[in-house]
Amino acid sequence: MSTRPPVLSADELRVVFPGRRGAPSASAVDGVDLAIGAGEIVALVGESGCGKSTLARALLGLVEPTAGVVSFDGRPLSYGTRALKEYRRRVQLVLQDPSGSLNPRHTVYEAVAEGLRIHGRGGDERAAVADALAQAGLRPPERFFLRYPHELSGGQRQRVVIAGALVLRPEVIIADEPVASLDASVRGEILALLLRLREELGVAALVVTHDLGLAWNIADRVAVMYLGRIVESGPVEDVLTDARHPYTRALLSVLPESAEPPAILTGEPPDPSRIPPGCRFHIRCPSLTSGEAAGAGVAERCRREEPELLRGVACHLR
Amino acid sequence: MSDVTLLEVRDLHVVYGTGEAAVPAVRGVDLRLPAGRKLGLAGESGCGKSTLALALLRLLPRTARLSGQILLDGEDVLTMRWGRLRAVRWAGASIVFQGAMHSLNPVQRIGEQIAEPLLVHRRASAAGARARTGELLEQVGLPASRAAAYPHELSGGQRQRVMIAMALACGPRLIIADEPTTALDVMIQAQILRLIEQLVSEQDIGLLMISHDLAVLADTCDRLAVMYAGRVVEEGPAQQVYGAARHPYGRALAAAFPRIGDAGSRRAPRGLPGDPPDPSSLPSGCAFRPRCPDAVEACAAAEPVLAAAEPVLAEAAMEHRAACVHVVPAPASVRSPS
Ligand SMILES: Nc1ncnc2c1ncn2[C@@H]1O[C@H](COP(=O)(O)OP(=O)(O)OP(=O)(O)O)[C@@H](O)[C@H]1O
Ligand SMILES: Nc1ncnc2c1ncn2[C@@H]1O[C@H](COP(=O)(O)OP(=O)(O)OP(=O)(O)O)[C@@H](O)[C@H]1O
Ligand code: SF4
Ligand code: SF4
Ligand SMILES: [Mg+2]
Ligand SMILES: [Mg+2]
Repeated sequence: MSTRPPVLSADELRVVFPGRRGAPSASAVDGVDLAIGAGEIVALVGESGCGKSTLARALLGLVEPTAGVVSFDGRPLSYGTRALKEYRRRVQLVLQDPSGSLNPRHTVYEAVAEGLRIHGRGGDERAAVADALAQAGLRPPERFFLRYPHELSGGQRQRVVIAGALVLRPEVIIADEPVASLDASVRGEILALLLRLREELGVAALVVTHDLGLAWNIADRVAVMYLGRIVESGPVEDVLTDARHPYTRALLSVLPESAEPPAILTGEPPDPSRIPPGCRFHIRCPSLTSGEAAGAGVAERCRREEPELLRGVACHLR
Repeated sequence: MSDVTLLEVRDLHVVYGTGEAAVPAVRGVDLRLPAGRKLGLAGESGCGKSTLALALLRLLPRTARLSGQILLDGEDVLTMRWGRLRAVRWAGASIVFQGAMHSLNPVQRIGEQIAEPLLVHRRASAAGARARTGELLEQVGLPASRAAAYPHELSGGQRQRVMIAMALACGPRLIIADEPTTALDVMIQAQILRLIEQLVSEQDIGLLMISHDLAVLADTCDRLAVMYAGRVVEEGPAQQVYGAARHPYGRALAAAFPRIGDAGSRRAPRGLPGDPPDPSSLPSGCAFRPRCPDAVEACAAAEPVLAAAEPVLAEAAMEHRAACVHVVPAPASVRSPS
């Protein structure tokens, strides 16, 4: 565990989306505690629909939580327009480029300078843009100023997106699937860049992904999310090589390199408008089906009582 | 398992456009897939994987020019007459297109979409098509009652299952799956891969699976071919190509996949510096030369061709080839026993 005070944290955070036309409401984030230390890289992993992006958006102040608190530098976030604007300079969102974060009609220079203009930063704009591009690995930066997104490779476009965040000198970067659609060779380059930014500039990062290999590649800690809650968290080495939660184990077991037989979870993808009672994973839990939980005398609790996140794991078996 | 050749590609070339703007996307590819086997095709974005897949069934746009041979059960797809080609497309081989799960018709029930080729090409009765549709859905792990669902009522993984059901509809001997799991998360990906493996082995179908995820291909396929700039630069048994690649590009690609638990990749993401090649202006000699850590002067002289990377073994299934000047096979006789 890091002893540094967290720079960004969530306490008992909840985000509930009201149901439309009588549909039940969806608890996409359902009581999350999470802390990111200064200069720390945390990976947030979990299946599609488990609430990763919603949690990321709440941490960025883009959605106001239904309950709970987001704190930055030890102070609760205030949702006034001016305070939020300053906050969004210090905590930057990086999305994956193909999702349309670059405007096809803006040059690289304009794309990177845009943040400076929005935040009314004075000083030498040209130098700031050049610095950010160089930090993102686009060197010499001047060569890229006048290019349009379609004139760049996928990896170069993702670097421009990252430069657009760096130009504001943020303390934290929240990257939502920053490399998901890039090929392996480009992916490695972008991840190396995130590591280097931490070394050189001390930038902390929350990297949202469903790729556990990515966590192994760059993160200090990993938090595993299931249906709106963190079910396991801890140092990467511990969680990924000696997972304790049955859900984390299942995720690891289906990777090609796993030595364990794959525990492929069946059933519908989890639905945050119908969260099961008791342990929210119990319907798909291999430890409950196999009788392991019954053997340990906890099967009844699995069905009735929600396990707390204690010492990094939320499971009655641990 | 039979070793009868189902698909054989010989010296395939595909060029998009003409003159200055011509893009040579596939530049002399040879591949062989026995019936009932699984061949994986890997390589970075733009290297020509989808172009090759589409060429196999002559599904490329008019601007594409093809040459070479594509033998499906010994019959050349490139010289087939239109009527015969149509029959092959429906009953001989089918494709699961890249990103196709997003192209299901949003206003038509999925059951109707699966039944359509059965009605049109198999001249099935309405009742017969309905029964077969139910069967197909159950084969891909969806209840037959889901035939009434519209695409938006299904998750991404379920839509991909529907695409696989459609590919199976007319009982093909060859399935070409272009990035079948790329947009899906690890758990759904594992479900779909397991399903494909099971169907292929039960029905003795040949599978050509395309992905840029070498780790996934190595886990699913018997053999792997790695493409770079429109050519196959390495080809061999899946685990060998993934675990002991002989071509510098194959090695860089394999190294880019972290193995959890391996101290060497912890906090050490590895990529491949440099830009992907521009197919309309390739360097002289080996196309990988500008990014290759092992390049020597000889690499500029001529483009290397595939050569045996291991001493030639009696068993063709173990053959491992790579196209690099450094790949000089040791003759079997002078090799020290291991
Ligand atoms: N604006 C919204 N209104 C209603 N429901 C929403 C809204 N945004 C997200 N959800 C639901 O909340 C849940 C969590 O969604 P979220 O996008 O956070 O998941 P995710 O973990 O990022 O998934 P993915 O890996 O697919 O990106 C999903 O069930 C989603 O359908
Ligand atoms: N219709 C077309 N006209 C002209 N060029 C094309 C066309 N389709 C593809 N290309 C070019 O041909 C090359 C190979 O493209 P292809 O789609 O086969 O790559 P791929 O390996 O499937 O890539 P990805 O992994 O991104 O799907 C690329 O340079 C691409 O830009
Ligand atoms: S609490 Fe019970 S059901 Fe939940 S993960 Fe642990 S063993 Fe499984
Ligand atoms: S031929 Fe030369 S440039 Fe090409 S892969 Fe081999 S060493 Fe590298
Ligand atoms: Mg998301
Ligand atoms: Mg493709």
